Amino acid sequence: MSYWQHDIECISRDALKELQLEKLRKTVSKVYESVPFYREILKSRGLVPQDIRSLDDISLLPFTEKDDLRDNYPFGFFAVGQESIIRIHASSGTTGKPTVSGYTARDISRWADLMARNLSCAGISRFSVVHVAYGYGLFTGGLGVHYGVEKLGASVIPASGGNTARQVQLMRDFHATALCCTPSYALNLADHMSQNGYAADDFKLKVGIFGAEPWADGMRKHIEESLNIKALDIYGLTEIMGPGVAMECPEQNGLHIWEDAFYPEIVDENGNPLPDGEEGELVITTIDKEGMPLLRYRTHDITSLVSEPCACGRTHRKIKRVKMRTDDMLVIRGVNVYPSQVEFVLAQIEGIRPQFRLVVDRVDNLDTLLVEVELDNKLIGDTVKDLERLQGEAKRKLSEGLLLRCDVKLMPTGSLTRGEVKAKRIMDLRDKRN
Amino acid sequence: MDVKQLSVFIENTPGSLVSLTRLLGDKGIDLISLSVADTASFGILRGIVEEPEKALDIVIEAGFTARLDTVIPIQVPDEPGSLSKVLELLGSNNIVIEYLYSFMRNGGGEAYIILRTKQMEEALKLFSEKGVHVLSAKEVYSL
Ligand SMILES: [Zn+2]
Repeated sequence: MSYWQHDIECISRDALKELQLEKLRKTVSKVYESVPFYREILKSRGLVPQDIRSLDDISLLPFTEKDDLRDNYPFGFFAVGQESIIRIHASSGTTGKPTVSGYTARDISRWADLMARNLSCAGISRFSVVHVAYGYGLFTGGLGVHYGVEKLGASVIPASGGNTARQVQLMRDFHATALCCTPSYALNLADHMSQNGYAADDFKLKVGIFGAEPWADGMRKHIEESLNIKALDIYGLTEIMGPGVAMECPEQNGLHIWEDAFYPEIVDENGNPLPDGEEGELVITTIDKEGMPLLRYRTHDITSLVSEPCACGRTHRKIKRVKMRTDDMLVIRGVNVYPSQVEFVLAQIEGIRPQFRLVVDRVDNLDTLLVEVELDNKLIGDTVKDLERLQGEAKRKLSEGLLLRCDVKLMPTGSLTRGEVKAKRIMDLRDKRN
Repeated sequence: MDVKQLSVFIENTPGSLVSLTRLLGDKGIDLISLSVADTASFGILRGIVEEPEKALDIVIEAGFTARLDTVIPIQVPDEPGSLSKVLELLGSNNIVIEYLYSFMRNGGGEAYIILRTKQMEEALKLFSEKGVHVLSAKEVYSL
């Protein structure tokens, strides 16, 4: 096992907590001084930064919602002047204004360190060749990983998104040993390889780091088998930093969240803190950021914290893989439906792949759910009966798994758009019907 | 050599059949026979081509969902009742037909039928015992 910053990655829990408290107090003082949004709320609650005396006192602080960021668009949450900001990223919101994040030189350097930790955690070293197929640009994926690879000293191939044929060729010719992209794009690359006569030993790939969209174990198995690699999950969000907030270690049972930079909490629907091990919404306070520190940011990602020691030696707690987001959740005929449940069910049916799109509509005031699923490129049978049986099986298993009656439509391989940045898995037509 | 049939999944949308047949045409693959089985939402194109493995690679590479299956091409006299005799023969021997379609008439008093069953060996044995003419791949391709 190799580490990038061994002493901090394997720090004792007590020393870590001491460090967190010091950093939290510094962060609260800074935002009180520089971010009117926070100063006003703290004042209205009769609080001053000195009231934060222990880590538990974090519950005195206000939550930050995505809407707060939008309301203060574009730079209202920056805690330093523009002259100290060296980079700005933005993520396209599904509605309205983009979410903005600003970084100082120190932020960028710290981010690269965290990313180098993540890469080391995946077994990547300066002898590795890392193919980065995350989009480069406003999206944090490409540049975020890129700076980490450079800091680590591995060779980075800044492929960005698009032109799959060329990407595959370069991965082979440049002997890429690691691949970083979205899980759905990894499948795209694997498809292209198998459809164009590439053999597994044309490639030197050993590991892939995949993130930016939720994916479940069915997809992991598919990717690991088709690319013959170990597939690891990475977690992050633009508001907090970008990719690399938490990283799955080779134990593959959770992602270490870097607690010297982020203070994680799990809360229930009403915002009440939950103990480790219980599932709820992840809330993050950045305790090591200058450009845009956030207090108790509601991520809308559903997970739980794992405090049991990890065999890899890292002492930072883990979050369970994020399979659902509260805002990915669909309510159909009163039933909560998470796309990850659909993926889980589909992964167990032979003849189709865990690629799907949920089409929700309203007919005669009743919600309907149509699940479009992609067939494997090896057709399961040559009769209508074979396909209807498959369709029926998918329909039955989905209806049982989701506790909701649904229809299933079979689609040709590759026909559901696999986004190079993010796959669009939900089409909700109900709003248009009202 | 067995006669292999190419089956391709197609969406039941305008143009999806055209894009497939055009692809095969562009790649110089002749469809000796063509039949489509469909439902309201999807269809399966079944075709007999001269180089089935090559055709399969081409369509899969182009992103279609496809497979190859062995089928039985038979020749029967082109006259009323000759097909039902074959069907009765299969039925009385408990051989279940998955599907069949006729694929060409040469005007010379013969009809050609493609037949698929899950009991291939039994069907072939029966045909050879009862003198039903099963066409070889070579015969099919020269039609
Ligand atoms: Zn670990």
